[in-house]
Amino acid sequence: MPEVEKAEQQGPLPVVPYLVGVDEGDPHLAGQKCRACGTIFLLERADRFVCSNCTARDQLEPVRLSDRGTLHVYSIVHRSFPGVKTPYVSAVVDLEGGGVVKGNLINVEPDPEKIEMGMPVEVVYDIAPQKDRDGNEYMTYYFQPAS
Amino acid sequence: MSDGIYVVGIDMTKFGRYPEKTVPQIATEAALGALDDCGLTIKDMEAYYSGCNRGAVGQQTLKLLGQTGVAVVNCQNACATGATAFREGWMAVKAGVYDVVLAVGVEQMGKAGLLGGGGGADGIPTEGLLGSSTMPAIFAEAGQEHARKYGTTFEQFAKVSVKNHKHSTKNSKSMYQIETPLEDVMTSEMIAYPNTKLMCSVNVDGAAAAVIVSEKKAREIGMSRAVRVGASVLTSDRFTERDLVLPDINTCTIEAAEQAYEMAGVGPDDIDLIELHDCFATAELLHYENLGICAEGEAGRLIDEGETEWGGRIPVNVSGGLLSKGHPLGATGIANIYEVTQHLREEAGDRQVEGAKLGLTHVIGLGQACAIHIIEKVSA
Repeated sequence: MPEVEKAEQQGPLPVVPYLVGVDEGDPHLAGQKCRACGTIFLLERADRFVCSNCTARDQLEPVRLSDRGTLHVYSIVHRSFPGVKTPYVSAVVDLEGGGVVKGNLINVEPDPEKIEMGMPVEVVYDIAPQKDRDGNEYMTYYFQPAS
Repeated sequence: MSDGIYVVGIDMTKFGRYPEKTVPQIATEAALGALDDCGLTIKDMEAYYSGCNRGAVGQQTLKLLGQTGVAVVNCQNACATGATAFREGWMAVKAGVYDVVLAVGVEQMGKAGLLGGGGGADGIPTEGLLGSSTMPAIFAEAGQEHARKYGTTFEQFAKVSVKNHKHSTKNSKSMYQIETPLEDVMTSEMIAYPNTKLMCSVNVDGAAAAVIVSEKKAREIGMSRAVRVGASVLTSDRFTERDLVLPDINTCTIEAAEQAYEMAGVGPDDIDLIELHDCFATAELLHYENLGICAEGEAGRLIDEGETEWGGRIPVNVSGGLLSKGHPLGATGIANIYEVTQHLREEAGDRQVEGAKLGLTHVIGLGQACAIHIIEKVSA
C-alpha cells in the first residue's frame, strides 16, 4: 500500500490480505478459486496465477468465503511469545462451501472438555486490540461457537 | 543391479549447549570423529556436503578441517537439513562423480526458545490473534487431528515422551538422561495442548557427520564396519486440502516411506529399528502409521502395548529421540543415521537392539520436507 494512502487511512486496515471489504463496512474472508479443480486458496498479498493443486494457469477467480464453518482441530496455547496474552485457542476451521482458515476461537473456555472438534462455528469481525507503530487500527476476525 | 553406496565412517558430538564454541568448531568435532571412524583424512574427501540452517558454514568448517579445495555444497532444508546434505552426498557418489564424500550436519540453537510464529514485517503481529504459528501448537493441532479421528488421548501422546526419555538414559550422547514418569510428563507446564513442556523437543547444539563411499571404495577400506544405504528419499508437501493452514506432515511421510521401501526392496515388517522425527510427542504417533508399522488408527495401541519400546516389536527412537537426545536442526538427520548404524554394527552398548539388520531414519522439515533413509547391515 502506498505511503500516501496509508497516511490518509480513516478506518481500520485489514489484519491479513484475505480479510476484505473493511472500508465498505462489509468485512468478510476472501479467496481465489480454481475453475479447473475447485480448490480454494486464501487471498494473498499478490494474486496467484497457478493453482498449486492441479497446476492450471490463469484459472483462479475471486471468491467470497462463508462466515460459517466447523471446527476441524484446535490447540490451547499456554506459552507464546513475550507480550502475547495466554491462554488462547488456536483453531483450524473448514468454512462452508470451501476454504480452510486459522484463527482464535473465542467465547469458549480454554478447556479440552469444553471444545468439541466438528462443532459449528461462525466468523465474527472486530477491531484488533493492538495498533501498529504508526497508530493504525486493524480489523481482525475470530471464530466463535455458532449460535 | 547397480553398486551399493556405503557409510564407512560416522560420528556425532554429544548433544548439549556449547555457547563457547562456534558452529564450524562443533561441525569439525563431528567431522573428525567420522574420519577417524574409518581411518581416512580430510585429504581423502572429494566433496563436502554441509547442512546448517544458519548459512553457508561448509567452507568455514573446512578452514578448521583442511582447505583442500574440494566442492562444497551448503544445504538448508529446515529440520530435514542434515538428511538433505547426506542425501546430496549419496546422490553424487551414486552418480559416479565421486568415490568418497563427507556430509556434516550442524546447528547451534542456544536457548532458542519457541520456534516459528511471529508476524509479517507489515501490520501487527498475528500470533495469538489469528491462532498460533508456534511449533508446539502446529504439532499439537496435527496430533489433534489423530485424536479427532481415532480418539487418541493426551495420555497416549504423553507416553511417547515417557518412552523416549527412558531410552535416553542409556545414551551418553543424549542431552538429557533422565526418566520422566507419566505423571511428570502430563503435569509439566502446558505449552500447547496436548503438548506439555516435556513433550517438546530440546533445543541443543550439536553436529553429526558421515563418510559416504562407493562400492569400490568400501571394498578398498574393508566392509567390516560398513553399512549400506538401501534407500534415500526426499519428498515435499504435495497439495492437500488443509496443508497451507495446517501443515500436512503425513502425506509427505507416507509417500517417502512408500518410495523408500520400494527402493530398498523391503517392507515395514522387515525394519528392526526406527529413528523418527519426534519433534513433539504428538508427531511420533502419527508417524507409526505414516511409516506403515501399524494400521491406520492403531498408533495409540502401539504405544499402550509397548511395541515401540526398546525390547518391543519395533523399537522407535532408542537414542532418546529429539525429545530427550535433543534436536539441533541441521544435525538431526545424520545423527539418526549414526544411531541406526551403531545398532547395525552391534556397537550400541546397553541399548543395542539385538540382531538389528535394517534401520529406518525419518525427518520432517516444516514447510515441508520429508527425508527417509533405510540403512542395511552388510552381511560379512
